[in-house]
Amino acid sequence: MEMNCKLLVIGAGPGGYVAAIRAGQLGIDTIIVEADRAGGTCLIRGCIPSKALIHAADKYEQLSAHVGNAYLGIKIHEKPSLNLKDTMTWKESIVDKLNGGVEGLLKKAKVKLIKGFATFKNAKTCDVKTNDGLITITAEHVILANGSKPTELPFLPFGGDIMSSTEALMLDHVPEKLVVVGAGYIGLELGIAYSKLGSKVTFIEAEDRILATYDKELTTPVLQSLKKHEITVHLGAKAMGFENNHLLYKDKDGTEQKIAADKLLVTVGRTPNTKGFGLENMAVDMVGAFIKIDQHCHTAMKNVWAIGDITGEPMLAHRASAQGEVVAEIIAGKKREFNPNAIAAVCFTDPEIISVGLSAEQAKLKGIETIVGKFPLMANGRALTMEAGEGGGFVRITARADNHVIVGIHAVGPHISELSGEFALALEMGARLEDIEGTIHVHPTMSESFSEAALATLGHAIHI
Amino acid sequence: MGQYRFNLPDLGEGIVESEIAALHIKVGDHVKEDQPLIDMMTDKATVEIPCPVDGKVLSISGNIGEMVAVGQALVIFEVEGQGNEVAQNNSVEKQETEIIPVKEKSSPKMPSAKIPSSPKPAPVAMPVMSSSSRSFGDKPMASPALRRRALEANIDLSLVPSHDPAGRITHQDLDDFIASGGRISQPKAKKRTAIEEIPVIGIRRKIAERMELSKRSIPHYSYVEEVDVTEVEKLRVFLNNNRTDAQPKLSILPFIMMATLKGMEKFPECNAHYDPEHSLIRRFSAVHIGIATQTPNGLMVPIVNHAEVRDIWDMATEMQRVTEAGRTGKASREELSGSTVSITSLGKTGGIVTTPVINYPEVCIIGVNKIVPRPMVMNGTDIQIRQMMNLSSSFDHRVVDGYVAAELIQYIKGLLEQPATLFM
Repeated sequence: MEMNCKLLVIGAGPGGYVAAIRAGQLGIDTIIVEADRAGGTCLIRGCIPSKALIHAADKYEQLSAHVGNAYLGIKIHEKPSLNLKDTMTWKESIVDKLNGGVEGLLKKAKVKLIKGFATFKNAKTCDVKTNDGLITITAEHVILANGSKPTELPFLPFGGDIMSSTEALMLDHVPEKLVVVGAGYIGLELGIAYSKLGSKVTFIEAEDRILATYDKELTTPVLQSLKKHEITVHLGAKAMGFENNHLLYKDKDGTEQKIAADKLLVTVGRTPNTKGFGLENMAVDMVGAFIKIDQHCHTAMKNVWAIGDITGEPMLAHRASAQGEVVAEIIAGKKREFNPNAIAAVCFTDPEIISVGLSAEQAKLKGIETIVGKFPLMANGRALTMEAGEGGGFVRITARADNHVIVGIHAVGPHISELSGEFALALEMGARLEDIEGTIHVHPTMSESFSEAALATLGHAIHI
Repeated sequence: MGQYRFNLPDLGEGIVESEIAALHIKVGDHVKEDQPLIDMMTDKATVEIPCPVDGKVLSISGNIGEMVAVGQALVIFEVEGQGNEVAQNNSVEKQETEIIPVKEKSSPKMPSAKIPSSPKPAPVAMPVMSSSSRSFGDKPMASPALRRRALEANIDLSLVPSHDPAGRITHQDLDDFIASGGRISQPKAKKRTAIEEIPVIGIRRKIAERMELSKRSIPHYSYVEEVDVTEVEKLRVFLNNNRTDAQPKLSILPFIMMATLKGMEKFPECNAHYDPEHSLIRRFSAVHIGIATQTPNGLMVPIVNHAEVRDIWDMATEMQRVTEAGRTGKASREELSGSTVSITSLGKTGGIVTTPVINYPEVCIIGVNKIVPRPMVMNGTDIQIRQMMNLSSSFDHRVVDGYVAAELIQYIKGLLEQPATLFM
């Protein structure tokens, strides 16, 4: 069967489906092709299911804290029991709901969803293998939103007890001993969750610190939390292989070590999906492993666009979605460009971390003189009422010394991820410290920490 | 930790209040003793006040352009040890006792009572914001909505000037840019309606006050005469060609100063101050010549004092020194007050005639116009090209009669035309 359309979107993840919905809203005749379920890594095997698991783990840990003692005046007499299979079923119900939601939204926007794997013959034509046979689609515009997949180490191939994040979100029982290779945000999120569910968790990290892209001040509360959860972290350690449910690795001194693992989780980054779909037939340029794009997300090939993880760092769902909207509007004839001041990144570790914009060190490298202020969550009333004041959390603002324009906001603490929207807004609007100071923040909320951090940067915080 | 209150010290010469010309510190600064603290503007000079102690600045009472009374609290420091401030709440009482009595030497009309120091809250100093912090190549700072508007209007935001101190571009900035033609439409003349309001402060305010005082109280008249400076110019060139390294290059001005000195000696009624309050003329035996000087801040009149003891080289050296001090704002009060007669010269832009304003309370000012070659009738029939220069001078008619003024100028003219007599 042959089909024609104005816009063909490959991949129905948070980049592709948003692009397709926006294109549909704008009246563009659009087809979206997805080999798996609509929603992409984010909805099906990433952000959403991992947050569901983290929530369940938190709840289980919190309930367990009340067993036998009257913590907060609440006492549970019997230890709560966990059935991970049921937890996963609950998680799947959320995934199903969102997946159905995306499909419904695509339908509402009059976008045609074709399930199958697309292989390009040339830049504008692809063959899609579907259950109903082969469909050849020719389009005026193509958006590549193929996404990424977990990076596989050749000496630790996925399969059996060696898991990527995908499999770790589908276990039906809690592994007694879980070893995680790679203490980046994905590994830490899942590792901490399994620790709370009862696993004995050990991290093997090649760098000399966890969360290497974040500064030490931000990661210290996470390190403390790992310690509290009795999670072992081997830094400067190199994984070598997996035999008989034992991970072989070289420790920081170069000595070979062996550690037992019922399951091994490998989270050492993500690789863009650029292979196996005929990209080589599309005459696009590459930058390293990624597709090269300009500020309009346009590739080197006319009317071929690329968005999301396939175009490079930061590999974040919200970046992909924003790019998708931009491209759809450009194709509809509007003038747009993808030109954010900053893209916030959140780690849903325990505690959570937000990073948006520059740290003082990064600003210095750009020749910007800065002032920095910090407000501890310990001094925030609302945080205390949610048991979020302990653990060394804080909000930190970095601003230009000359005119007080905020260049970066970093925070760590429980529930802190919900403040990321305000942080990003401050950077996009070019807010000065005085703007945040002059915005009345609701009491009692965690968000007060933001205005207090602005005051601290100005040298006159009230509550410290 | 104690607090140290620093009050505006007595700046001398009966000054009772002074204007803040510059703040070298801001609240929160850690300061060292003797580092520059504040510049205070007095009648004529800017006085740099050094920091009295090591410590941290807690508050500053006043902003640039505001008047501060002598004895009024200026800066409060946090210092090691006890400081000079026992407690903050007895400050009103303390303030009064700390006031330094005003000297009455040259201001007989000043009340001898204590200066009322208006207690006002110490404003927290805002950091000094640069007018536009965006340097070339920086990403223009604008909200997402504004960026989209600009993109749709084909406007490169890096070309849009911002009126925000932090360099953010506002919707108004973009509207103005589009209205002004910007990049997309043809440049078109547009009626301007903006009025810039410039506060008259500092030296400009002093100049305005003094000019008003002079013109309102002194009945001026001007007298203009031409002077043949051919001979004195020849002498000047000769002296410049034969000077030693230690001797400055001479302009015409030191010769005019020499002639003025001699004129003042011969007509002492012109080397005087008139004090109408006491119906008194003060004639000075010394001749202190004020030299009207254009400085970046406006007109100042630095003084070559005791001209009577100076030779032509010394006159030139001192004149260059004090005018340079005036131009760079480093002239002391002494170098800016006490002249008995003034000279105003615009050099090559001197025009034909000026009507100089007398430097109050003097009674006479000599204005120098530019030197131009002119055909002159010599010896009744002979036409020669001579270097001619006009002197436009003003006098206080209350105390200097026209006859005396004419005689003075004719005498100066004679000295300059026969330059040998300058040195007799």
